[in-house]
Amino acid sequence: MALNVGCAARPGKARKNKTGSWRVFRPVFESEQCTKCGMCALVCPEGCVIETEEGEFVPDYEYCKGCGICAEVCPKKGIRMEQEEK
Amino acid sequence: MLQITEGSHAVAEIAKFCRPQVVAAYPITPQTHIVEALADMVANCELDAEYITVESEFSALSACLGASAAGSRVYSATTSQGLALMFEVCFNVAGMRQPIVMSIVNRSLGAPLSIWNDQQDSISLRDSGWLQFYAEDNQEATDLHMIAYKVAEDHDVLLPAFVCFDGFILSHTYEPVDMPSQEEVDAYLPAFTPYHRLDAKDPISMGMYATPDYYMEFRYELERAMQRSIDVIKRAGAEFAEQFGRDYSALVESYRLDDAEIAFIAMGSICGTVKDAIDEMRDAGKKVGLAKIRTYRPFPTEELTRALAGVSTVAVLDKNISLGSGGAVGTEVKAMLAGSGITVLDYIIALGGRDVRKRDIAAIVDLADKGVGDMFYGLRTEVL
Ligand code: SF4
Ligand code: SF4
Repeated sequence: MALNVGCAARPGKARKNKTGSWRVFRPVFESEQCTKCGMCALVCPEGCVIETEEGEFVPDYEYCKGCGICAEVCPKKGIRMEQEEK
Repeated sequence: MLQITEGSHAVAEIAKFCRPQVVAAYPITPQTHIVEALADMVANCELDAEYITVESEFSALSACLGASAAGSRVYSATTSQGLALMFEVCFNVAGMRQPIVMSIVNRSLGAPLSIWNDQQDSISLRDSGWLQFYAEDNQEATDLHMIAYKVAEDHDVLLPAFVCFDGFILSHTYEPVDMPSQEEVDAYLPAFTPYHRLDAKDPISMGMYATPDYYMEFRYELERAMQRSIDVIKRAGAEFAEQFGRDYSALVESYRLDDAEIAFIAMGSICGTVKDAIDEMRDAGKKVGLAKIRTYRPFPTEELTRALAGVSTVAVLDKNISLGSGGAVGTEVKAMLAGSGITVLDYIIALGGRDVRKRDIAAIVDLADKGVGDMFYGLRTEVL
């Protein structure tokens, strides 16, 4: 693939840049404990925690960097960080 | 038209004829006369450019970078500490592939404070990705600006360029310069066609983040552009020769090198003195010559090797010192000629404006004859 001269890029690059590959720890959302407070979606720096039509909160692993902030703030301690097997 | 002019004013004049759309610079001795003259030209409507006054060299080159990214032909000039302050931006300009042309009026770096000439400033930026041209006299300084724009803006190159000429020795010296007309410069240098540019209607970002997966490839692309520039420089020089009659198609100028036993390698104004000294030594039967490096980046390895074939000793005159190693040019020439059987001796010379005379050049030939080199030449005896 030819590189863009001067490392130039069009907007929307963050969407194309699948940062999920950076993850060392994977947040596992335990839906039984979830009160749907929405804190995880609010604090996720990737903006990758999505509320589904059923009202479930799920991370998009294509972008989730595994920072663990969601697990830290979840008031129900309902998000577990598990080491990725690579 | 032949005119008697100060080096700085000749450079300002040719910069104007190259039609920069944006000029941003910060005054610093000995570059001041160039940017003063350009400011006058803009104020007097002789040059239709945006002249951005800034509070530092860092800002000057940052403004140039933005203007170039927006698609303008850009000019700046600096020296010494001013260039040092631009260090970070220099790498960004090259990495973003913006073909800015900047005059470097070579001056030493402090401390101790010195406003006088050597080439430590531009040499210290050798790894930044800028093309580096060195002029022997004010005619060459003038001409190289046109060539620099043509090469830098070529889409096979897209690298910024320094046009270096020695502070005071050239910048403040009056000598005859054949100054082309605006029409002649226009005929040689077409309007700038940016490769891509900042445009609010079609936005892009330049110089984006590269992870370890890609950073090295971008540096490789810069190196490849440098290598491609060699042919572009030769072509631009040949076109120049065709139009103006002065030939810069070689990256290395050979002076009386045929049958030479000792060859000097030098850059910039010192070459004039070396040539005169060579003429005198040749008259006395000494077989000496000069390989003058016009482009230090890209380094003209192939041309230089060819030019030096047949000599037994090379004396490199370095108006810089890579402290802890040796002269920057000498070090490269030694690497280049390793295994060739040619003896390479390096002489650190003329730092901080120390004068060099013909007799010094002759004295260096005597040292080289004895195999004495890799030294500072002309030190005061009290430090020895
Ligand atoms: S681990 Fe970090 S990036 Fe991943 S979902 Fe939680 S907050 Fe977002
Ligand atoms: S922070 Fe915890 S409880 Fe709140 S929505 Fe997210 S997972 Fe559910």
